[in-house]
Amino acid sequence: MAEPVAGAPAALTRKDFESDQEVRWCPGCGDYSVLANIQRVLPEFGIPRENFVFVSGIGCSSRFPYYMNTYGFHTIHGRAPAFATGIKLARPELSVWVVTGDGDGLSIGGNHLLHAIRRNVDLQIMLFNNRIYGLTKGQFSPTSRLGMKNKSIPMGVIDHPVDPIGFALGAGATFVARVIDVDAVGLQEVLRRAYAHRGTAFIEILQNCPVFNDGEWQALEDRRTRADAGLPLEHGKPLVFGAKGRRRGIRIEHGVPHVVELADDADPVAAGVTVHDERVERPAYAFSLASLTPPDFPTPTGVLRAVERPSYDRLLEEQVATARQQRGPGDLRALLHSGDTWTVE
Amino acid sequence: MPTAQAPPAARAPKPHQRIDRVAIRFAGDSGDGMQLTGTKFTESTALAGNDLSTLPDFPAEIRAPAGTLAGVSGFQIHFSSTDVRTPADQPDVLVAMNPAALKANLGDVRPGGMVIINSDAFSDKSLERAGYQDDPLPDARERFRLVEIPLTRLTFEALADLNLSQREGARSKNFFALGLMYWLYGRPLESTLRWIASRFSGEIAEANRRVLMAGIHFGETSELFPVSFEVPPAKIEPGLYRNITGNTALAWGAVAASVQMERPLFVGAYPITPASDVLHELAKHRHFGIRTFQAEDEIAAAAAAIGAAFAGQLALTVTSGPGFLLKQEALNLAVMTELPIVAVDVQRAGPSTGMPTKTEQADLLMTIHGRSSDSPVPVLAPATPGECFSVMIEAFRIAVKYMTPVVVLSDGYLANSAEPWKIPALETLPRTPVVYHSEREDFSPYRRVPDTLARPWAIPGTPGLEHRIGGIEKQDVSGNVSYLPANHQRMTDLRHEKVERIAAEFPPLEPRGAGSGRLLVVGWGGTHGAIATAVDEARAAGREVAHLHLRQLNPLPRDLGAVLARFERVLVPELNAGQLVRILRDRYLVPAQSYSKVQGQPFHVSELRAAIDRALEA
Ligand SMILES: Cc1ncc(C[n+]2csc(CCOP(=O)(O)OP(=O)(O)O)c2C)c(N)n1
Ligand code: SF4
Repeated sequence: MAEPVAGAPAALTRKDFESDQEVRWCPGCGDYSVLANIQRVLPEFGIPRENFVFVSGIGCSSRFPYYMNTYGFHTIHGRAPAFATGIKLARPELSVWVVTGDGDGLSIGGNHLLHAIRRNVDLQIMLFNNRIYGLTKGQFSPTSRLGMKNKSIPMGVIDHPVDPIGFALGAGATFVARVIDVDAVGLQEVLRRAYAHRGTAFIEILQNCPVFNDGEWQALEDRRTRADAGLPLEHGKPLVFGAKGRRRGIRIEHGVPHVVELADDADPVAAGVTVHDERVERPAYAFSLASLTPPDFPTPTGVLRAVERPSYDRLLEEQVATARQQRGPGDLRALLHSGDTWTVE
Repeated sequence: MPTAQAPPAARAPKPHQRIDRVAIRFAGDSGDGMQLTGTKFTESTALAGNDLSTLPDFPAEIRAPAGTLAGVSGFQIHFSSTDVRTPADQPDVLVAMNPAALKANLGDVRPGGMVIINSDAFSDKSLERAGYQDDPLPDARERFRLVEIPLTRLTFEALADLNLSQREGARSKNFFALGLMYWLYGRPLESTLRWIASRFSGEIAEANRRVLMAGIHFGETSELFPVSFEVPPAKIEPGLYRNITGNTALAWGAVAASVQMERPLFVGAYPITPASDVLHELAKHRHFGIRTFQAEDEIAAAAAAIGAAFAGQLALTVTSGPGFLLKQEALNLAVMTELPIVAVDVQRAGPSTGMPTKTEQADLLMTIHGRSSDSPVPVLAPATPGECFSVMIEAFRIAVKYMTPVVVLSDGYLANSAEPWKIPALETLPRTPVVYHSEREDFSPYRRVPDTLARPWAIPGTPGLEHRIGGIEKQDVSGNVSYLPANHQRMTDLRHEKVERIAAEFPPLEPRGAGSGRLLVVGWGGTHGAIATAVDEARAAGREVAHLHLRQLNPLPRDLGAVLARFERVLVPELNAGQLVRILRDRYLVPAQSYSKVQGQPFHVSELRAAIDRALEA
């Protein structure tokens, strides 16, 4: 989140955030929907357009900054979190957003993503997970499912995939959310929440790549199946999912999830269904949510975890302020003359 | 006359002999505190008004097994009443705290020189651990003036009534050696006493003080030393002086750039020998608004620095060779996005891990040519520890003025060696406050300033200048993505031309010694002292030779070709397998000869003298 700016800026609209560049994703790419929803939400935040910076790595989704009429930096493969960290530490008043892919963020850039998250730098990190390398034309990525066949492994993927949410939680993330590319309402709500969070807000976006991995998230996107396949999270509300007649809940017991069958009119809490609490300090609960995967469980979407911890940029500013308080502003002459000196006449 | 701030040490009633110069090497186990002893002796020598140069030489292992050759740590200091530019080829005096230190260093000592040993450390067992089959002392007695002092026993005697453990007491024995050398060369004591009082407390402080004094009294009273020596102060340029190492000077130069350019400094770094001390020094100065960021690796360190530059800060990243290699992809992005950052490479020896604590200058071609595609970057190299300060100010000025990453090539020798440095008056430092672009009219991220070809530095937060940059080829002026063939040609040419134009600012080259003649010795970087000394000696011996030291390696000075052409022969001594020499041959088609040394050690003056004679004869 950026500091509110004094003097309300003129009201902005979605149009103000559209750049003059032609958007060049493939037709039907999930990236379009995310772009549109970001452009819709940003004007609500009431900060001037020039205070937004979009930073990306390399990949299809990483073209994102070119399409935003804000400041933007399309960097190198995997390193966007490190560039963004430098920007935020230099200028804490800016609102800095990171756009990365599953290959960009979790393969070549896994290290930087880990460290940005554990430092809790005040960034919004959107990881577009299409479970494939799009820009390089269809090799498997670190999130590709076991057995999936593609160009670089025709006999099927044999490396165990990484789960972005589990990865973020393992790195100590203070804010973790998952959204579906085409779910405008869910997406916008999570973007608002992410913006308001002070610290790293990590968002996994389940994104369809119709060209190289079409239908990867179909069960969650399709109107007919999504009620059964997804588990929309809401703080303080029980973990309930399923269409009418197939209503179910999730009970998490000692960290182990169970599905609880529910009559349409049953009280889920009375039936032992767990009530979602995104503010649980210990990450075990969020890990239990992360462990909900098909086919046995629905996929949770929304905010899984949102806790408070001082952000790195704030702590750094505090050190600078403390140093100034204790020693006054830097004095170059005093520095050069510190220690033993002698005069030659 | 130089006036030392501290009074001279108590003088013995013994006679003292005036000498012009001397080189002393302290050597012992890495746990023996030899670096500290050398540093304290250096500070005191500076206060005595001598010119000096030092060479610390320590093992990469933090604590190699005690008493072995691998664990020997040394510190050489050369000081004089005249100009000193090198730590000296051969020490005149060796202080060896144990047999391993003797074994590792005796071969370097000037024949007939003084060798002081801690005789208590020469047991059969420790001789064996050092790899001696026979007792080396009888031979040493013949070839050197061997002074055998029971240093451990004398240390314990001085501490007899203190409540210290055997181990704690033994730790002080380097202060005995220090005290003895203070007496022998009439060094002032006071700053060391002050330092002991501020650094240690209680019994330990008392122990160190007593042992230091015991060393002095030993010199005064022992018959082993019939005379002490006096090295009169050097006649150096008047002014206020301090000692400085290259690494401290790099850090302070960056602080000075930030102050003089009125912008906060951002430092992205990842620890690596021998560059870490630059990070350590900068980390102390948060009150200057300096944000040091210890990143997860060198890639992130460079990336964060470039991010900070995009956001409008003066950005620095500091590393050594292996780390620089990792940064190259990020630097290439800074080349494409034309952002000002300074990347320092404190070079060390060998490919891969090589010899991390040893010096070399073999990253020149990597920094100039080691990025993918055509990627011109200015490269500057300081010649002395003190010059590390001004080169940083210059690097930041060029980076911002031309909107380009700038590389500074230091090395392990400059990093750790110290010399007296005349503290510059602040008024003499260039003052170039940064002004960001703010004009909306006609703004384009790649519209260039006509004379420098710099693009505008328009930073986030500036209304109306929102723009996107990245590593994809840019359309000239607009900065939009472009794959047009002719545009790529033009942008490649512009990137080259921009860097070449920096050379218009360089001062004319002035070879030392002569403007033309038989032989020009061309050096760069930290070999300056050795080459200058060798050339001066050769000239004094009637040889027709001059010395040119390059501070700018890319772009090369515009008059370099003409200067080279005025000499019949060109000799290029480098601590690498021949890198600058290739550039000179390639660029100017001169039959330059290489003189190469890659032993992790600086040049000896004698080696260069011989190389000069050979080059003249051939
Ligand atoms: C250093 C480097 N290695 C490899 C590449 C090639 N490359 C570009 S994008 C990419 C993978 C991107 O995949 P992902 O992050 O999943 O993004 P998507 O294209 O699917 O949106 C690769 C391997 C590169 N640009 N740079
Ligand atoms: S390849 Fe896939 S991810 Fe990339 S733009 Fe096309 S549809 Fe989108």
